[in-house]
Amino acid sequence: MEPFVTLRSTAVVLPLENVDTDQIIPARFLKTTDRLGLGNDLFADWRYDASGAPREEFVLNRPEAKAAQVLVAGKNFGCGSSREHAPWALLGYGFRAVVSSEFADIFRNNALGNGLLPVALPEPVVDRIGALIAADPQSVFTIDLESRTFALPSGERFDFPVDPFARHCMLQGVDQLGYLAAKEPEIAAFERTRAGAY
Amino acid sequence: MTQPRPRTLFAKLWDDHLIQAESDATPAVLYVDLHLVHEVTSPQAFSVLRERGLKVRRTDRTLATMDHSTPTTPRGADGRIPVVDLQARAQLAQLERNCTDFGVPLYTLGSEHQGIVHVIGPELGFTQPGMTIVCGDSHTSTHGAFGALAFGIGTSEVAHVLATQCLLQRRARTMEVRVDGVLAAGVTAKDLILRLISEIGIGGATGHVLEYTGSAIRALSMEERMTVCNMSIEAGARAGMIAPDDTTYEYLAGRPHAPQGAAWDAALARWRTFAADLGSTHDRTVILDASTIKPMITYGTNPGMGIAVDAPVPTPSHLSDASERRALEKALQYMALTPGETLLGKAVDVVFLGSCTNSRISDLRLAAGVMRGQRVASTVRMLVVPGSQEVKRQAEAEGLDEIFRAAGAEWREAGCSMCIAMNGDELRPGQYAVSTSNRNFEGRQGKGGRTFLASPLTAAATAIAGTIADARSYVRGR
Ligand code: SF4
Repeated sequence: MEPFVTLRSTAVVLPLENVDTDQIIPARFLKTTDRLGLGNDLFADWRYDASGAPREEFVLNRPEAKAAQVLVAGKNFGCGSSREHAPWALLGYGFRAVVSSEFADIFRNNALGNGLLPVALPEPVVDRIGALIAADPQSVFTIDLESRTFALPSGERFDFPVDPFARHCMLQGVDQLGYLAAKEPEIAAFERTRAGAY
Repeated sequence: MTQPRPRTLFAKLWDDHLIQAESDATPAVLYVDLHLVHEVTSPQAFSVLRERGLKVRRTDRTLATMDHSTPTTPRGADGRIPVVDLQARAQLAQLERNCTDFGVPLYTLGSEHQGIVHVIGPELGFTQPGMTIVCGDSHTSTHGAFGALAFGIGTSEVAHVLATQCLLQRRARTMEVRVDGVLAAGVTAKDLILRLISEIGIGGATGHVLEYTGSAIRALSMEERMTVCNMSIEAGARAGMIAPDDTTYEYLAGRPHAPQGAAWDAALARWRTFAADLGSTHDRTVILDASTIKPMITYGTNPGMGIAVDAPVPTPSHLSDASERRALEKALQYMALTPGETLLGKAVDVVFLGSCTNSRISDLRLAAGVMRGQRVASTVRMLVVPGSQEVKRQAEAEGLDEIFRAAGAEWREAGCSMCIAMNGDELRPGQYAVSTSNRNFEGRQGKGGRTFLASPLTAAATAIAGTIADARSYVRGR
């Protein structure tokens, strides 16, 4: 996992609520046994028409979207299936952060575990960000994980919450398995106390 | 000494599995009693174990099956099962190799206990009260029907559990869903849960575990309780759970992997402690009156967009919130529906009876009861997909397959099938389906397909009518 410290980037807006993981990465792409290579299939059914050609009107197909590493979306982003392919596809496309007023639980966990930062901001702030981008698609935002702040081009900052442990792992670029594996003595002791319980 | 604080069912299970309590800096370390595995969300997790030279810590607490990308078409004359494409074949082969290499028990395609992961866990008696149960699958909430704490996890977490039998978790809040009153004839557990989601919305329970209580919940069979808990995730809940009672114990008694003899007595004594304490409180409470629930159907592109089957489709301009209005407009456009229209009488192309929500024997019995001696409308293709090989055998023993076949429905092998449309069973663009599954997201049942979620009774009645039907007029007087 790549460390995440500070990100300065333009952003694109998907002004929809309840974007579910079936839209982020449709099920037919889940037959892969790999994590990589899903970026092209991100939002496939919204992004491409029946012939497979990009739909011009879809936001990710606009020229200014190419360099954006931040996706801004409506509330309850990532609801539905637990597929980790959703953050894999977002990362594969080039996103490093998603901004929304609310994230579905499993998606948030999956994202954090892969170095994709879910930035939860109040709805009016998300709306303001959307308006800024509409006015100037080249607006650059700054996300600082150390201070847990999201900054507008004007420099105005907003705090966002992030689990301290996930934040620590993301700043270091380490995953959580090592931490758990080091708990082996406690796990073994716990199992001994429960022998025969199940 | 102070009295122990009264605890909710969730709190008891949480405390019972804590290896390390959470602090501000670190999440809790929670022990997992049962880990279910399927082909779609596990390959990358096994890869992590290989890369790091780790073993599966408790193969005796791990169980794998094949369900998502498996074909449900009957076997060929040569006994071979026609897997849909090379990629699906490779994924299934990968699971088989992983399970062999790591010593994980696996119900392969064609074996007698294969089926949808959330159907076989309970039916084989693996799922038991008081357990923590996880799977790389959001509908793991199903197992909460037994008074287990059961929830879906991502693939990285699948690797965590394979390697350590533990998960890092933050404690959830709890929401009580109290349902009293009696369900009317023709109204099922599916209608109950669709009604709940339509009221609280698909993000309504985010961050919460749902505890279902009340006389209407107590009156449900285990299979009905599974239907309710299954769709808890569709309200955004981490999990859904129902305290175990005699209904639970009767269901479990004699199941192959349930405790037997003296172990059963000991288990029963422990299970009886898994009820919420008197005086325990929840962060939120929602109350439903079962007698007011009608057969439900969804009209939109998420499970919260549900209405009574005889109610009009909502009108976007009646909504004050701009983003909700946009969402509704987009959904109706995708579904090609007109605000204010009633879905009753609307023609459908496909009826899908199956999925981990409604593919158990009681679901098939309900549908067969409506379809006995009837014909599926000539304009409708109906698929009946049992949730497991065990359900299939039972249905065949009862002659239900004959009822479906005589009606003109397709009787298939067990699997997820058209619920997720990974295995070749899918809607064509523009087709309408009434489905007993759990998700009506755009393209969920096939690119461009349009799904109405409903109960097995509504599905059966619709198949016969050829148009969306009110199940109540098909069960009256029966
Ligand atoms: S039946 Fe559908 S919801 Fe259930 S496990 Fe299979 S794909 Fe998931």
